Amino acid sequence: MKIAFSTEGESLESLLDTRFGRCPRFLVWNFETNSFTLVDNSQNLQATQGAGIQSAQNVINTGAEALVTGHCGPKAFKVLQAAGIPIYVAESLPIRELIDSFEKGTLLQLKEADVEGHW
Amino acid sequence: MKIAIASGKGGTGKTSLAVALLHANAERARLLDCDVEEPNCHLFLSHTVIGHKAVELLIPQVNPNLCKLCGKCVEACQFNAIAIAGNQVMIFNELCHSCGGCARICPHGAIQEFPVKIGELSQSRCKNEAELLTGTLEIGHASAPAVIKAAKKALPLQDVPFTLIDSPPGTACTFVAAVEDSDFVFLVTEATPFGLNDLKLAVEALLNMELPFAIIVNRIQSETNLITDYANQQGFPIWLQIPEDRHIAETYARGGNLLDVKPELKKVLRELLDRCQP
Repeated sequence: MKIAFSTEGESLESLLDTRFGRCPRFLVWNFETNSFTLVDNSQNLQATQGAGIQSAQNVINTGAEALVTGHCGPKAFKVLQAAGIPIYVAESLPIRELIDSFEKGTLLQLKEADVEGHW
Repeated sequence: MKIAIASGKGGTGKTSLAVALLHANAERARLLDCDVEEPNCHLFLSHTVIGHKAVELLIPQVNPNLCKLCGKCVEACQFNAIAIAGNQVMIFNELCHSCGGCARICPHGAIQEFPVKIGELSQSRCKNEAELLTGTLEIGHASAPAVIKAAKKALPLQDVPFTLIDSPPGTACTFVAAVEDSDFVFLVTEATPFGLNDLKLAVEALLNMELPFAIIVNRIQSETNLITDYANQQGFPIWLQIPEDRHIAETYARGGNLLDVKPELKKVLRELLDRCQP
């Protein structure tokens, strides 16, 4: 199983980026291989609109089966929901800690968008 | 000749000036209310509505029986309005700019475009015989420039030498849509730091667009003020200064216009249009 984390960094010690639509990249952790890949999301930093939608598309394309981020707006939520990808929210903590929390099942799962668009 | 009445800052008196200009030039001008998110010229003009026309944009729809989920439409969309999730193409209409790119690029002919109403034009004849055309953006839609462009393209009730365009505030795409292709722009501002700051932004935009303009200062307390200082320094023309006057505000609040309080301005307001001619 793969799980995507929004982040500005490039390692497991990097902090979670609490922005979803405009995070610079995703770290995708693979539980089978205990390794990760980095997926660029920088094209959405300058997007005039629809950054959340395309970040969601980016996450879907990674094959991740879950997303951990800080917040999620209505359009991105709709896209991820349609793809059957659950969204978990957390504070800006090191990704290594968040992988543990995910395995223990202590991360909060969003049932609906928790912020407005353009948050 | 098209003359846009614009400003950077809102609430400086664009509508007041536009309505007064129409009154002073009733036999030779028509007015387009292009402040489509909150049109209000009609509140100050006794008028009869003659007709309505819908403003539509083409929005794509996907035929799921033909779609192979190839993702070409997602890549093509410059407005980030399309995503593929699960086994469906999701199109966010409110982000669509109706460019038609997705329908053209689709290799399977699965995307067709359908008209969606995003606004309305309403054409009226005022008591003074002049035409008022009001553009209104529907609530929930964001494509204000499309409604503004439709208003500017509408056929006039009768041919008159001057088309006045009451523009939206700010200097964003709605401002650009309202002032572009005009022959002259009046920039209405007030003698406050906020008024000056936003005037500078509007001037910068107009210089970029190479549009000729003149400044009109509203609600002045002194003939020399921070706008006249700026204009003199930059060599920009100021064609009219309107004094701060409680009677003007009271009349406006009752739906009256500048000329009700200052009929002597009629001559000046006629000259303003004549001066725009090259």
